[in-house]
Amino acid sequence: MSLLTLRDVSRDHGAGPGLVHALRGVTLHVAAGEFVAVMGPSGSGKSTMLTLAGGLDTPTSGQVIVAGTDLGALGRAGRSALRRRFVGYLFQDLNLIPSLTATENVMLPRELDGVRARRARREARDALAEVGVEDLADRFPDEMSGGQQQRVAIARALVGDRRLVLADEPTGALDSHTGEDVMRVLRARCDAGASCLMVTHESRHAAWADRVVFLRDGRIVDGTLGRSGPEALLQEAP
Amino acid sequence: MSIRHGLLALLSQGPRYGYQLRAEFESSTGSTWPLNIGQVYSTLSRLERDDLITRVGADEEGRFVYRITPDGEQDVRRWFATPIIRSDRPRDELAIKLAMAVTTPGVDVAQVVQTQRTATLRSLQDLTRLKADAPSVPTEQGDRAWRLVLESMIFRAEAEVRWLDHCESYMARTEHAAPSASAAAPTEADRAAARPVEGEARR
Repeated sequence: MSLLTLRDVSRDHGAGPGLVHALRGVTLHVAAGEFVAVMGPSGSGKSTMLTLAGGLDTPTSGQVIVAGTDLGALGRAGRSALRRRFVGYLFQDLNLIPSLTATENVMLPRELDGVRARRARREARDALAEVGVEDLADRFPDEMSGGQQQRVAIARALVGDRRLVLADEPTGALDSHTGEDVMRVLRARCDAGASCLMVTHESRHAAWADRVVFLRDGRIVDGTLGRSGPEALLQEAP
Repeated sequence: MSIRHGLLALLSQGPRYGYQLRAEFESSTGSTWPLNIGQVYSTLSRLERDDLITRVGADEEGRFVYRITPDGEQDVRRWFATPIIRSDRPRDELAIKLAMAVTTPGVDVAQVVQTQRTATLRSLQDLTRLKADAPSVPTEQGDRAWRLVLESMIFRAEAEVRWLDHCESYMARTEHAAPSASAAAPTEADRAAARPVEGEARR
């Protein structure tokens, strides 16, 4: 099942002589449990694609479908509710709130969803345990290493029923070893059923994905085949 | 050459049979460079000829045990102490191919670059899967050696992708200066990068 579908999506910015086609007729499916990396030169439309997929922006034409719901058919409130329920974000700057502990940071989006504190706390502990940092539950961000903070940020992105993670250069600020740890965690989450769409310029990190697509001038120009699915099996047959 | 020095390095840890050398060479490189037993014995006989190793006894099946000589020890130390010179490496077919592509009319260089980039990323994915499946903390020396060889291949693939990215933006940037047979359009980023250069030219 496709958890995220972009169907013939275009996004223009500006008008007249200043018109920029950031994305031109992009079609992409991300299946449940699939990890897709997007690569391309700066200005190729990578970040535009991610903001559209997350409903933070709306396409000029085409459809964005998250968990079976067409975002274009929803109003602003409906979009943000869907976004909060299904989509987790992971950015280069981790955006952890310094005055909150790891648990409280992870609880926050659930509390915004209207979940009661007790349940939100339990879910937060579970999410922290899943990424292997349950022992950091009561620490504040400045008491953790960069890699530990990024794990907490991943837990926050996945807490509750969020099955789609949108990651924008999630290893940007980390050293290569810690960056690899983050990739291992994302990989494990996808193997456990979450879906991830990640923008990166590092081929070493993109290589952790099931599939890598290349954007250029707002178009998908090429991609590696996924490892599962009938096409991949045919491809691998001698 | 790497097989010769690889075998010598293994023998510097103690006497070994030929089949043992082959197995240890392969396990420490994760079978990246499989050796056939013929290669092992022909290398051993050259090493013996050069007095770097010597035969010491045989088992009942007539298989010899090889031992390193003092000259051999010296040779291994020298190998570890000497950096590998870039010109010792074989010619890079990809670099030659791209050099030919930019000068051959009718070749879409951007397509050559993209086709290669996808293929290189695919092999980078395969290598990463091997890494993901391996224990992150090695349990024995052989795991550590294999991990280093694997990382070497990952770094090389990564460098190749970066070089291809560089070729692509370089081609786009220089296209207007020297029109080529390629039909590739420069990206927005490349155009942006090219602007200051044009400005300078006008001045």
